Amino acid sequence: MTRVAMAFVSRRPVAEEVVQETWLNVVRGLDGFEAKSSLRTWIYAILGNCARRRAEQERRFVPLSELAVEEAAGDDLGMSRDRFFEKGRWAGMWSSAVPPWDGLPEERLLTSELRTALLEAIDALPRMQRAVITLRDVEGWPPDEVCEYLGVADGNQRVLLHRARAAARAAIERYLEEGTGC
Amino acid sequence: MLSCADIVKLVTDYYEGRLSSAERGRFEEHISICPPCRSFLTQMRTTVELLGELREEDVPPAMEEHLLAAFRDWKRDE
Repeated sequence: MTRVAMAFVSRRPVAEEVVQETWLNVVRGLDGFEAKSSLRTWIYAILGNCARRRAEQERRFVPLSELAVEEAAGDDLGMSRDRFFEKGRWAGMWSSAVPPWDGLPEERLLTSELRTALLEAIDALPRMQRAVITLRDVEGWPPDEVCEYLGVADGNQRVLLHRARAAARAAIERYLEEGTGC
Repeated sequence: MLSCADIVKLVTDYYEGRLSSAERGRFEEHISICPPCRSFLTQMRTTVELLGELREEDVPPAMEEHLLAAFRDWKRDE
């Protein structure tokens, strides 16, 4: 939730306060909760309200749709161009191997080190990419709900998701390369 | 014919079901003959699966303490 709140308020300590305030409001409001929406939707709606209010108080509120457009700008593959041949007959084809990960023992993929590496990669992302990948892939929201919640256009949401997933993939790749010493 | 770089660029649109049927056909044609791209696609799928296992850690202990205290106060007030 802190990572999602950071889309609105940017700074982590403020986002943590927003999450705390959210939970207090949840506890206080639980009696009034009518199961018209899921509990999750309701909690995140409270989070969004708290975070927006906080961002406005701090005069830091930038419409998330604008941030999303900024972050989605440019032609970014989500991978270094160095991985592909630039010219000639093989232009655009892989210039280095793409080793399969599935040859690795299952338990290697779920270590706490990898968990930490993935979370660090998410934390290092620009804030809208971080919010999109957290809601989509970590929390499992459908794309339309993420667009509505953050107020971003569907096309931008997809570009942000793509870039964020690419960064997560690269983090796993680095982790595996370090682990196997190659 | 799509290049491998095109596959990397389009992979999310492919998984999101946002390619036109013609684009989808070209995408699948490429991956059917390109083992490195198939490997890349598997990596992306694994990435998404692993992200799903990161599901929010429990409420941090300090915050839990704070919330429980608030909850007790609130109960007392009633």
